[in-house]
Amino acid sequence: MHPVLTTTLAIGGVGAACGGALAMAAKFLAVHEDPRIEETANLLPGANCGGCAYAGCADYAKAIILDDAEINLCAPGGESTLCALAAMMGVEASAAEKKVAIVLCGGDSDKAPRKFAYNGIADCTAANSTGAGDKKCAYGCLGYGSCSRACPTGAIEISKGLATIHPELCIGCGACVKTCPRKLIHMIPASRTMHILCSSKDKGPIVKKACSVGCIGCTKCTKMVEDEAITMQGPLAIVDYTKDYTNEETIEACPGKCIKKVPAVAKAMAGRQGSTVD
Amino acid sequence: MKIENAQFRVDGGIHPVYNKHLAKDNAIQAMPLPSLLRVSMSQHLGAPAKPVVAKGDTVLRGQIIGEPAGFISAAVHAPTSGTVKAIVQAPTATGQSVAAVEIEPDCEDKWRDDIKGNPNWESLEVKELIDLVSDAGVAGMGGAGFPTHVKLSPPPNKTIDTLIINGAECEPYLTADNRLMIEQAENIWTGCRIIMKILGAQTVRVAIEDNKPEAIEAMEMAMASTEGNVAIVKLKTEYPQGAEKQQIFAITGKEVPSAGLPMDVGAVVENVGTTLAVWDAVVNGKPLTERVTSVTGTPVSKPGNIRNRIGTSYGDLIEFCGGTEGDTAKIISGGPMMGFAQSSLEVTTTKTTSGLLLLPPKLVTNYSSTPCISCGRCVDGCPMYLMPCELSQMIEAEDYSAAREINLMDCIECGCCAFQCPAHRPLVQHMRQGKGQVMIMMREEKEKEAEKTKD
Amino acid sequence: MPAEGRPACGGNNSTTQRFERINMTEEKTKETEPTYIVSSSPHAHSGDSVQRIMLDVIIALIPALAVAIYFFRMDAVKLVSVCVVSCVITELVCRKLMKRDAGVMDFSAIITGLLLAFNLPPSLPLWMAVVGSVIAIGIAKQVFGGLGYNPFNPALIGRVALLISFPAAMTTWYAPFDSTTSATALGTLKEQGVYGFDDAMALNYFTGNMNGCIGEVSAAALLLGGAYLLMRKVITWHIPVSYLGTVALIAGIMWLINDDFNMPPHFHLLAGGVMLGAIFMATDMVTSPVTRKGMLIFGIGCGVLTMLIRKWGGYPEGVSFAILLMNAVAPLINRATKPRVFGVKKA
Repeated sequence: MHPVLTTTLAIGGVGAACGGALAMAAKFLAVHEDPRIEETANLLPGANCGGCAYAGCADYAKAIILDDAEINLCAPGGESTLCALAAMMGVEASAAEKKVAIVLCGGDSDKAPRKFAYNGIADCTAANSTGAGDKKCAYGCLGYGSCSRACPTGAIEISKGLATIHPELCIGCGACVKTCPRKLIHMIPASRTMHILCSSKDKGPIVKKACSVGCIGCTKCTKMVEDEAITMQGPLAIVDYTKDYTNEETIEACPGKCIKKVPAVAKAMAGRQGSTVD
Repeated sequence: MKIENAQFRVDGGIHPVYNKHLAKDNAIQAMPLPSLLRVSMSQHLGAPAKPVVAKGDTVLRGQIIGEPAGFISAAVHAPTSGTVKAIVQAPTATGQSVAAVEIEPDCEDKWRDDIKGNPNWESLEVKELIDLVSDAGVAGMGGAGFPTHVKLSPPPNKTIDTLIINGAECEPYLTADNRLMIEQAENIWTGCRIIMKILGAQTVRVAIEDNKPEAIEAMEMAMASTEGNVAIVKLKTEYPQGAEKQQIFAITGKEVPSAGLPMDVGAVVENVGTTLAVWDAVVNGKPLTERVTSVTGTPVSKPGNIRNRIGTSYGDLIEFCGGTEGDTAKIISGGPMMGFAQSSLEVTTTKTTSGLLLLPPKLVTNYSSTPCISCGRCVDGCPMYLMPCELSQMIEAEDYSAAREINLMDCIECGCCAFQCPAHRPLVQHMRQGKGQVMIMMREEKEKEAEKTKD
Repeated sequence: MPAEGRPACGGNNSTTQRFERINMTEEKTKETEPTYIVSSSPHAHSGDSVQRIMLDVIIALIPALAVAIYFFRMDAVKLVSVCVVSCVITELVCRKLMKRDAGVMDFSAIITGLLLAFNLPPSLPLWMAVVGSVIAIGIAKQVFGGLGYNPFNPALIGRVALLISFPAAMTTWYAPFDSTTSATALGTLKEQGVYGFDDAMALNYFTGNMNGCIGEVSAAALLLGGAYLLMRKVITWHIPVSYLGTVALIAGIMWLINDDFNMPPHFHLLAGGVMLGAIFMATDMVTSPVTRKGMLIFGIGCGVLTMLIRKWGGYPEGVSFAILLMNAVAPLINRATKPRVFGVKKA
């Protein structure tokens, strides 16, 4: 036989055999998946942020179809995703208000001194368990950026040893909340602008020593707002975000200088609605 | 009674610069009462005690000021007589803020009235002996501070045949145990016999590193007339020969199983300081209100071994030792290998403060972020036979479950790896971080399991 | 998404930052009270450092460098300086491009340059040496993330890349003090078969008076360097002994079976690059196993592969390929030779 023919036959034969085997495998070993899962996954933004508490968008899609998971868990997708999902599943959309994360601490390195020189892993959990953190304030932001590294959109900026969340970039997934060893990050409605940027449960004199922008527990602000929108938890004033708090006079009135107005997020959000994360 | 060399030795371990000469020959000095004692309610591992006195109360020495909360907890006693000035939140050696009782001494140092010794302790029941130890609030004085009465009451299904008295003191710089053995060998030996009786142990081994010949001699004198299976074991000087699991192996050749306790191989290890406290608690009936702390390091003017009341501030201790000469860059509560760096001298001594070490700037090596060069020195040095280099890289990549699989939880944080690492990687800190995360994982798993069984 | 307002410290690029993540606070607090350093234990260190290890390797290479310069004169000087300089420059440029801290001069680029030059024939055109250096540092090392992350020995990658790209130039040799070209010992063996090897020749091979790459010729100088590394505890005996032992054993067995077709074991130890490879290249910490047992397996593997290539391979010499192949399996060896953890019973 001609060598060319032998080669062709040999290679062709091997190819045919393998092809056959693959075809059989595809037929008998096929995994049947509900086609709606893929459809649902396509509706999700694909940021894989984990904010819905599932391992990525595909997993959430699976949960919606198979385990009847709630369809309003996708924070980054916002209203448009919710509507699309509702239409697909044939249910009514019940949107929750868009939430964003905020760090309730305003003590950067100029305002809140450190008590020792920390040498070690630049990670908040690690720093917090070595000498209980190097910030004099036992409640303040350590600024080693654990939250920033967890953020899927790069919305958290660390400057001068303080984490600040850019609300216009925040997709509300909540990944940062879990990473903060001092539990300083809270999810709040995106429309809120007035905040008390302090979480220190220490008494006034101790706070004053540790930070120049800490809540000293004077209760002044609680009297300037209606409907108990600010309440005292021990020596710390806390904003109740379910209630209305817009009185900007409190900023000037606060002797601890810890009340701040953060530019409205809602406007920035409007322009972003429907677009995906870059 | 005989003296023997340790028959076994774990692989790994390191030979740091010991610098014991700074305080080794300085006899124990009793420190006069400071103007204020701040007794932390967190004296040791386990739950902090609950303060049971209030501001303005007058207390007598040995009076209970903190009641144990939970099983792994020991009572805290007033270190002297005086007035309670305040109950405050104060940082412990690890930096955590815990309740503390501030006592202003009245300088009479009057003991509680009902202190009663038991010179004929041999006639007491085991239960009574354990109660005496428990009432005296004795906790392990070597470092971790496990409440001693818990250690001395093993569950009935475990038999303890070997009691090891740990006088290795393998931590560099520290010399308190060495001095205790030299100066109070008789009492330590009595304490040891009390523990023997409590545990019903037949074999006793006193483990001392061979760089403490005087201590070996003193213990030999004290134990000379004893019959039975009793011996002093000379350990080769190497860190960490004083670590519980490694010491049990060096003496008995038995490995404490992973995640197990010494009692799983029929052994109990007690530090010499603890043994002395047991003697004091039983024979003199005195609660634990003072301990010996090595105050050492080159910046200390007059390094020494100081008998101080629990609650003495580090600042007072250093002042008693003549203050400092030259710069201090690091203050360490404990030894250089496993101690905790302090941010201020306001922290006070506890039952576990074996040393207060000051390091000058030139002896401080900073950790850096250079990558692992796979030299394998950490693997050679690890006395638990782990691979610290791989573990640390996994933890850096936040792959905690992989680290857990290669036995992260067996790490004893002795620091041999980080001591040797030429890249100066913070290996022990990585391990701690990883262990913390794995603990969280384990807790979550347990909760899930519990939920499953509920269904 | 708006470009402005993008935070300086991003989230998605954090994986690259992760490895530069150690904090050393330099700033002093404003208060007058002293600020102490707080870190995790241990607070003592052996005093060893990566720089010191690298410096020791450089010191250990000096005898071989001296021999190279003695035998190959200006060619060796030029080759070594070109390789070292281009390696260091490549390293600096790469660090700059990758926006990594270039201040960490750990001498490792100098070692790569030295070892690459040692692995080149004396007559190699200098521009080729530059190409080799750029490949060694740029591709084999920095692309993977720099020192500590490279899976393969950079100098060997540089050499093999040159060997494959410029086979003629890389196999042109001349003997010391002689300008005519001739084959190396192993080349002659491959082409002409077994030849007479007496004690005088063996002594020449031992001192380095033979054809070959500039740094590999003198077994004596390399052994001296190896002894220094052992003394300084930079390397352990495991890899060199198991590597050289395996080579000697296999060569010995083959020679005993049939000495008409095989050269004696001491020929195989002295000829080619096996000394340089066993002492300096296979012991590269980054690319060799970390466990003692793993090191032995690694050395034996290198020895077997070297002899396989020498005897049956297409190339006369197989040290570079043998070590590179074993580099690839070093992580697997690590996993397979993981020590039994204290207190865990062997399954």
